[in-house]
Amino acid sequence: MAASQELAVQKKKELTTKEEKTVPARYFVPNADIYETDDAITVVLEVPGVEKKDIDIKIENDVVRIEARIDFSKYDGLDPIYSEYNVGHYARAFTLSDRIDQNGIGAELNDGVLTLTLKKAKEALPRRIAIQ
Amino acid sequence: MLLTDPFDTLLNLQRALDALADGDWLETSPSGTGPYPPLNVFRKGDDYVVITEVAGIKKSDLEIQVNNNTIRVAGKKPVDYPEKASLHRRERLAGAFDRTITIPVQIDADHAKAEYHDGILALYLPRAAADKPKPINIR
Repeated sequence: MAASQELAVQKKKELTTKEEKTVPARYFVPNADIYETDDAITVVLEVPGVEKKDIDIKIENDVVRIEARIDFSKYDGLDPIYSEYNVGHYARAFTLSDRIDQNGIGAELNDGVLTLTLKKAKEALPRRIAIQ
Repeated sequence: MLLTDPFDTLLNLQRALDALADGDWLETSPSGTGPYPPLNVFRKGDDYVVITEVAGIKKSDLEIQVNNNTIRVAGKKPVDYPEKASLHRRERLAGAFDRTITIPVQIDADHAKAEYHDGILALYLPRAAADKPKPINIR
């Protein structure tokens, strides 16, 4: 965390999971920021090259699973001659605490950045107790 | 072939990457200020296509210049958090960048095109007519 935050090329981490995929495509772990405000937890993921329709967000057993797929057909007819980064799908999963209102999850995609807004459950919101 | 693999193009790219990961095709360029953003270069017929991943950068924050055989991509990448937010995880990097690369062919700058979608910038660089190989007829 103390590392410098200057802009640099971030080597893509390949996803390692216990389950194997049945398609011969590579998956990478998207870079993520997570921050918390008074009423929500926001997860920001970088998924460059993914269209809105190719993003799956699933919630199962308190785990939110994000899978974002690249459309490889865009690379048809292109003959690679020099390469500095790998191209593949993205997948990442986060375990939610039970303080999240699982019905109030918002997702937004802008310029290759996926923003998930996880609203906190009402009972988890900070309350001010008035002294009688 | 009975079965064609739709991932062939991609796997070729990945093989090229694995082979060239330690190469220095563009690394030693004296101009520019660093290796961001990472580039992939493709050939499409006579023309070149340069694709780069710049997630989180607005179209209006990108500046692209093409001249002869030099390409410059500059811009800034903001990463903002709301005030009063407490950060749990911070992996995304922010800052300004300015990268200049030289490719081994002359580019017809007037017909170069740039496209930006979903955090991917694609530069279509047609090879200059004067630079294209000329066929020689054998008499």
